[in-house]
Amino acid sequence: MTRYIIRRLLQFVPVILISTLIVYALVFAMPGDPIRALAGDRPMSDAVRETLREQYNLDDPFFVQYAKYLWGIISAGDFGTTFNGRPVSDLIAQRLPVTATLALVTFVIQTIMGIIAGILAALYRDRFFDRFVQVATVTMVALPTLVIAFLMQLVFGLNLGLFPIAGINDGLISYILPALAMASVSTGILARLVRSELLDSLTSDYVRTATAKGMKRTRVVTRHGLRNSLIPAVTFIGADLASMMAGSIVVEAIFNLPGLGEQVYRSIQAQEGTVVVGIVTLFVIFFVLINLIVDILYGLLDPRIRYE
Amino acid sequence: MTESQTSTRIAPGTRPGDAPLLEVKDLHVEFRTKAGVAEAINGLNFTLHAGETLAILGESGSGKSVTAQTIMGILDMPPGRIAGGEIRYRGDDLLTMSEESRRRLRGGKIAMIFQDALSALNPVMPVGWQIAEMFRVHHGMKRKEARVKAVEMMTRVGIPAAEERAGDYPHQFSGGMRQRIMIAMAIALDPDVLIADEPTTALDVTVQAQVMRLLKDLQKEFNMGLILITHDLGVVADVADKIAVMYSGRVMEAADVYEIYGKPGHPYTQGLLSSIPRIDDEGGRLRAIPGLPPSLTDLPSGCPFSPRCEFATDRCRTERPELRLIAEGHLSACHYAEDVYAGTATRTQRPSPTGAGMIPVSEEAPE
Repeated sequence: MTRYIIRRLLQFVPVILISTLIVYALVFAMPGDPIRALAGDRPMSDAVRETLREQYNLDDPFFVQYAKYLWGIISAGDFGTTFNGRPVSDLIAQRLPVTATLALVTFVIQTIMGIIAGILAALYRDRFFDRFVQVATVTMVALPTLVIAFLMQLVFGLNLGLFPIAGINDGLISYILPALAMASVSTGILARLVRSELLDSLTSDYVRTATAKGMKRTRVVTRHGLRNSLIPAVTFIGADLASMMAGSIVVEAIFNLPGLGEQVYRSIQAQEGTVVVGIVTLFVIFFVLINLIVDILYGLLDPRIRYE
Repeated sequence: MTESQTSTRIAPGTRPGDAPLLEVKDLHVEFRTKAGVAEAINGLNFTLHAGETLAILGESGSGKSVTAQTIMGILDMPPGRIAGGEIRYRGDDLLTMSEESRRRLRGGKIAMIFQDALSALNPVMPVGWQIAEMFRVHHGMKRKEARVKAVEMMTRVGIPAAEERAGDYPHQFSGGMRQRIMIAMAIALDPDVLIADEPTTALDVTVQAQVMRLLKDLQKEFNMGLILITHDLGVVADVADKIAVMYSGRVMEAADVYEIYGKPGHPYTQGLLSSIPRIDDEGGRLRAIPGLPPSLTDLPSGCPFSPRCEFATDRCRTERPELRLIAEGHLSACHYAEDVYAGTATRTQRPSPTGAGMIPVSEEAPE
């Protein structure tokens, strides 16, 4: 087990190297001059421009730039600075809590709603609630997050006035609408997954055995049926949590949440390569870490899985 | 009977000792399918006493597993439906009692062993936990206490190093050991009735004998009534006291084991017995009953076996024979049971000369 984890952690190194390289290359390949973009309409003297280009290694060839960037991280933990002279690590530290909160609220909403809807749909198969879940989940999966987000803002924010539609000034309640928007697609998928997995295991032989043992129905469903059908659900929830970072870019931009996603969005526009690469690298590390945790959890849930 | 019917709410075990352990009366079970209503069980009757082994013998689709599931109350409904009849445990009708009282009997007083222990045991729970669950749910034992009992049961059914192995999962055991765990779970609460649905079919031949021996020993030790459901005539001969031969959801013949093997009173039973390969009959052709069982959604109006029976007459094709006593303790559902029993029945149709229904076993067999 320990050996397995160590090996998986070592595998992170090439994954992170390659992904940062790709992101770095993409930022490098973007057309336009970042310094000019920074200056905007204001005039900028050649001397200032030269200093800035020097400071951000913009005149070096691509691989030299990348090597200098990597060396900065490895030798001094320096993720570079923004064009305003602010360390990227500082920026990340400031914005991470917003994205983390958004991800957590989303995670809680979609896990609870998805699993409960899936269980009830399976238990009341072909009855009204099941049909309702089927239709609702298809709608949720079919509508893009973007559309859901605007719908939420319009209905719950403007028309009903229940939740704030932008910013984080109202505390946790500000996260409800963005989280609902982000959770929508995954809740739909999760509900359908849990429903079909539970239906499968409820007709399995070991559930029949549990009934034959004289267990109460609730125990049969939860301890025997659900326990087995949650294994695939955990995989999905994990993979989804990992990809939530990418989802945060759109949602944070729409709801104007000052998180990492919104920062990436802005930095791409401003061609702030160091910021984009820094944050995306963080996303990648988070992604592979979550995947490792899911794989370990998977083994705990299903003893038939072995770590080789 | 009326007296026991009105008092079904009295806790089981308070019945006077004269009621049989288990009594199935005129049981009918149907399945709703796309092709129509399939009559899986058509008026099944049998009784089981303590310490007795009843073998229910039949081929696939004869209704033997449905019988087991109906008694246990684990039949999938829908599509299944109990269309009539009674199942009395010590006089109390299982089919009319409350679901809660039935649940208490299930596993505790009436237990079941399934064919494939690998799929019948929960794959993600340790086997010790699964056995201990019986004590925890039915007797409200604490986790630790129940685990000790579980290990005791595992030792009792012959699992070596039970203490260490209680934490292992089903896939970590061999087929025979898994079936022993199934047995340990079933007998954990000292049940009165044990239903074994093809308990050895999924096992190696060598292991089969060990498992059957274990079942037999446990039955004696606990004085259980054992219902052994099987299609394997070889398994039955060793352990059964009584045999009921099922076909198309009906009992075709019922008698004690010597009668059935020595003097079968039904052409179907005769056919089954003559299809057993014999070691002293080398090079010959293996006899099989020609044809297939009828579709349960479209049973013939007469005897369900008549299309395949070599003694069938017009009467057999129109008039359904009832199960009746043809000799001391010997029931048969055949119009010509006495003739078949005495070996004087006349053949009306022969197995086709092209060998349809005959399986060649010799090397120079035709293709």
